[in-house]
Amino acid sequence: MNRFKGFLIKEFYHIFRDFRTLLILFGMPVAQILLFGFAITNEIKDVKIAILDEAKDNVTREISDKLLSSGYFILYDNLKSVKDIEPEFRKGIIKEVIIFEPNFSQNLYKTGNANVQLIADASEPNLANMIVGYTSSILMDYQKEIAKSNNTNPSINTEVKMRFNPNLKSVFMFVPGLMAVILLLVSALMTSISITKEKEMGTMEVLLVSPLKPFQIIVGKVIPYLLLAFVNAFVILGLAQFVFGMPIVGNTILLILESTLFVIVSLSLGILISTLSNNQQTAMMASLGGLMLPTIILSGYIFPIENMPYVLQLLSNIVPARWFITIIKGIMLKGSNFSYIMKETFVLIGMALFLILLSIKKFKTRLE
Amino acid sequence: MLYGVDGGEIMVNENIIYAENLTKKFGNFTAVNSISFSVKKGEIYGFLGANGAGKTTAIRMLCGLSTPTSGKATVAGFDVYKQTENIKKNIGYMSQKFSLYEDLTVNENINFYGGIYGLTDKEIKEKTEYLLDILKIEDAKNKLIKSLPLGWKQKLAFSISIIHNPKIVFLDEPTGGVDPVTRRQFWNMIYEAAASGVTVFVTTHYMDEAEYCNRVSIMAEGVIAALDTPGNLKEKYKVNTMHEVFVKIAR
Repeated sequence: MNRFKGFLIKEFYHIFRDFRTLLILFGMPVAQILLFGFAITNEIKDVKIAILDEAKDNVTREISDKLLSSGYFILYDNLKSVKDIEPEFRKGIIKEVIIFEPNFSQNLYKTGNANVQLIADASEPNLANMIVGYTSSILMDYQKEIAKSNNTNPSINTEVKMRFNPNLKSVFMFVPGLMAVILLLVSALMTSISITKEKEMGTMEVLLVSPLKPFQIIVGKVIPYLLLAFVNAFVILGLAQFVFGMPIVGNTILLILESTLFVIVSLSLGILISTLSNNQQTAMMASLGGLMLPTIILSGYIFPIENMPYVLQLLSNIVPARWFITIIKGIMLKGSNFSYIMKETFVLIGMALFLILLSIKKFKTRLE
Repeated sequence: MLYGVDGGEIMVNENIIYAENLTKKFGNFTAVNSISFSVKKGEIYGFLGANGAGKTTAIRMLCGLSTPTSGKATVAGFDVYKQTENIKKNIGYMSQKFSLYEDLTVNENINFYGGIYGLTDKEIKEKTEYLLDILKIEDAKNKLIKSLPLGWKQKLAFSISIIHNPKIVFLDEPTGGVDPVTRRQFWNMIYEAAASGVTVFVTTHYMDEAEYCNRVSIMAEGVIAALDTPGNLKEKYKVNTMHEVFVKIAR
């Protein structure tokens, strides 16, 4: 036991004396969640637009005012003809052109149908979608107001209040995925690097020749990162809750247990990688390319699994994070209890057992 | 057959390492082909051979890291097939890479290695004081290993490899990249260890070092091509230096 304590102390010295390790361990989770929370929001602000008003009547002027007073849009140019649209877009300054058809107000009041065309710069598809969404929403608002005013109140209220997309909602979607990525990174990447570092430095040989059993070496390597992964999980959940107001609807203890399970799967992946690679570079490439990439792309973190081609959907089944993200979303957002996430939990348990057995086998053959 | 208190056989002829037809095959490739030799207690035994001759595989089998395909061997009286745990408690090991933790201090390295060999805190404390004194590195005890000169690291690594008073110490090219003066000092340490009863099993590429050994064996293509004292070998091959002996055999 004394031997083991010394081993753990040594591991913590390694971690706390390496600035880069510390940065990855503690800087990255915080930076990532703040980035996702604040910078990558679905809100738009001060987007430059151009208006081509072929009607130039009261209604189009009112709509334009309403758009421009919303705070989302700034009028960059008033266009004279359709020919101006293309050159205007090519300058790259404006993101949207709004075209009102001739006789807009007459059409609206007489036939009940007036046409407005929205052209957006779709070189940034997400942004274009959002801009069009915001514009349509303002137009809808106006339409409702007219309907209302014709019946009851003659005055038109131009004040805009949008409830289209509260700006922080995206963080709720990102936190579960982020948990998966960070826990995987800390557990798999850091463990595999730390084990291969011993191989590279030649200290692994000495450890293996010592009375320490291979099993003890591995456990000693794994425990510090297990603890650090927990610290990280708490930091992420804490930030999500206290900075962005994301609640944990479900059972916190269940959440912690499920996270532990995922960390164990990740740690065994890390051990497996370290038995297969001889130096830190290989371990890092394997962890980043072989684990991080599938986790980000195939787990449903960023791209919904339902929208993937069938082959990729099948492939996503072997990505542990896919199951973990479902679990964590269930617990945090929906308040699911264990019976709802049983299937996912058993898949992860199966993966953990398989990976641990495989790593032990590989570790032994590697020694020969 | 006699057994000692620790369960090991007492070697009547004091052969602390004994190998007979020891063989290791990897698939179709025979890395070590039926080698037989023995090393006496307190002896400095040079284990020479060109790269790829099978030295490392042989050492790994003797250290209990690799199971032989066939043949017999005992190390410190323990069987290399079944008693590897006992072997590991009775041997020390130092490699060319010196195997110290660069981001740990001198004291922390001594503590760590003392700890994994099961020394008590009191023993570790005494050993630390002794080592710092004898290596004259008292001032550097709280310095990180990476800030020390290569020669210091090497001497410290050797001292740590015998910190638990092993019966045998395996040195795998311990003097790689070290200057001749430091190498000479290092060999003095080896002699002192041998004089105190530790058996030294050493591999090297420096043929002047082979001259310092009591006996040497030279491996080529998985077999032991020659085994004798350096003096007898030179006589047999009618040359003046071990270097020439080596070139004749290893070619």
